[in-house]
Amino acid sequence: MWDYSDKVKEHFFNPKNAGAVVDANATGEVGSISCGDALRLTLKVDDDSEVILEAGFQTFGCGSAIASSSVLTEIIKGMTLDEALKVTNQDIADQLEGLPPEKMHCSVMGREALQAAIANYRGEEWKDDHEEGALICKCFAIDAVMIEEMVWANKLRTVEDVTNFTKAGGGCASCHEDIEAILEKVLTEKGEKFDPNAALVEQPAKVAAVKAPLTNLQRIKKIEQVLESLRPALMADGGDAELVEVIGNTAYVNMTGACNGCQMAAMTIAGIQQRLMEVMGEFIKVVPAAEMSKLVNIEAIS
Amino acid sequence: MTDIYLDNNATTKVDPAVVDVMIPYFLEQYGNPSSIHKFADGVARGLKHARQQVQALIGCEHDSEIIFTSCGTESNSTAILSAIKAQPNKKEIITTTVEHPAILSLCDYLEKDGYTIHRMPVDKAGRLNLNAYKNLLSDEVAIVSVMWANNETGTIFPVAEMAALANAAGVMFHTDAVQAVGKIPMMLQDTKIDMLSLSGHKLHAPKGIGVLYLRRGTRYRPLLRGGHQERGRRAGTENSASIVGLGKACELALEYIEYENTKVKAMRDRLERGITGQIPHCFVTGDLYNRLPNTSDIAFEYIEGESILMLLNKAGIAASSGSACTSGSLEPSHVMRAMDIPYTAAHGTIRFSFSRYNTMAEVDEVLKVMPGIVANLRKLSPYWDGDAPVADPEKAFAPTYA
Repeated sequence: MWDYSDKVKEHFFNPKNAGAVVDANATGEVGSISCGDALRLTLKVDDDSEVILEAGFQTFGCGSAIASSSVLTEIIKGMTLDEALKVTNQDIADQLEGLPPEKMHCSVMGREALQAAIANYRGEEWKDDHEEGALICKCFAIDAVMIEEMVWANKLRTVEDVTNFTKAGGGCASCHEDIEAILEKVLTEKGEKFDPNAALVEQPAKVAAVKAPLTNLQRIKKIEQVLESLRPALMADGGDAELVEVIGNTAYVNMTGACNGCQMAAMTIAGIQQRLMEVMGEFIKVVPAAEMSKLVNIEAIS
Repeated sequence: MTDIYLDNNATTKVDPAVVDVMIPYFLEQYGNPSSIHKFADGVARGLKHARQQVQALIGCEHDSEIIFTSCGTESNSTAILSAIKAQPNKKEIITTTVEHPAILSLCDYLEKDGYTIHRMPVDKAGRLNLNAYKNLLSDEVAIVSVMWANNETGTIFPVAEMAALANAAGVMFHTDAVQAVGKIPMMLQDTKIDMLSLSGHKLHAPKGIGVLYLRRGTRYRPLLRGGHQERGRRAGTENSASIVGLGKACELALEYIEYENTKVKAMRDRLERGITGQIPHCFVTGDLYNRLPNTSDIAFEYIEGESILMLLNKAGIAASSGSACTSGSLEPSHVMRAMDIPYTAAHGTIRFSFSRYNTMAEVDEVLKVMPGIVANLRKLSPYWDGDAPVADPEKAFAPTYA
């Protein structure tokens, strides 16, 4: 079974605003019945102020699809249409205290339904840029369509290329066989042959520019920022984390409260590390502060 | 009421009598069966006895035709890879579209290596066309691999007849009987089946133990080479405790096979009649007249399976679903697609699978909660209005991605 947050369960078991809004003046329908998720969002919008007075959903889908629909209606009630357009799928996922990577598309569907409904109200035509393939990289939630496009667009040749351009395969590495299969397929279509030892494709200059090395001070400040943003979630589980020291690319973090000694501490640390790497675009190692004394001792001896 | 387990096709509870016979092999007779000392002197006898217990359940001629493996998947892979290794000139494999991934993924992989895979389709009731099958048999075929019973619908394939046809054409025949063994009687020595896979944890033995039945004289190449265990056909130190446990489980399964086909079947039938009688717009999938006695796969139209499972779980009832969402894939179960079940129903399939541990009282409990669960989810469904589906549902609501 999926590891759903309590918030997802709460919204699934007691959905808010289920059913169609009577006298709705905006409707958005998105999804795909073949994939097993489809959503109709109905809104009642005040014509003068463009405030969403009522929102209702009808969803064919799994637990997280229903929860995403429910929380979406709660988020947007009382917003103006312009405010509502700024709601992202991440906002929906955050309100649900996170979704498993395989289920992030449920939050995407929510955002799309909202955009479709607003376009419908304004008499515009809504066009989705929705492309979804089989999920390949579960660490970074990258699907086959995305990888295939990047391979075509950037003439990628190796798994390492794919990781450099899409992040796919940069985590646990268990999807490398699948990535190789995509490379083989695309390269064959291009009349080339897959060679695992091919030279790396250079990344575009702008990516390189972003990758200018941070100064130590910048790095520490940035790490602190990210950690700060993660603390509310940790505190919600009765724990906390505090930055103790940064040496090179290693951040020493003190896990306290429920996080300390919790079986999940290792996973939490891995999560923090992943987040740090995503934000900072460089390799960061997160280590419990308790490990620091060992390190110091070793240094003292040697 | 305590929790109700109706997911026995996924895995089963280990019978306490099985646990009892296993424990001495952890604590006393833990020696390596190859060793010559008193910690091991009972182990070889234990393994021999277990082999005979498995032999009795599947009705094979010799106990040496039983090769213990780690699981059903290993048995399946060993069988197919052995057949192609032993007959390198034969480049075709016949199977079906509704096999377990343990077969289909391997075949997909072999296809990349140049093998031609014939995946036989099924009709809307999940049945094969034997005439089409006959036409596929040829000298080019290395092996036919067809499941005895389907894990999702319980539909039984005529494997004895198909094995005879393969044999007449000089083609090896393997069956994945993981779901069938212990649920329906079998007498392998009266068939032309060359290889058969079974899995311990589907019949109240522990996980991590399986069997490959290999008919004496069948050409064979081991998957794992090394020591002399299993007469050199599957190297690796014997999992003695689990082997002994599997033996006991097979003995019990044989004892209960009539119970399985009368009492267990009666529970399944009562549940099925109760659900289809009370709940509109649902139907049983598969071959209703030729099914495992313990399995019922019901499609609830216009709602999605994972949602149903979550509500069932809240009510203390465990089952499983063929929806895309439960597996993390983008398509509903390949078995439902193969039977051409429409998407609006395929995503809402729930499999209830019984064992001898279930009771009629549990059936009644499920019947009490099921109508409410379905009704509540339909209230949320864009395909549903009031107490009936909207008119022409698949047209009334058909969002598509451009």
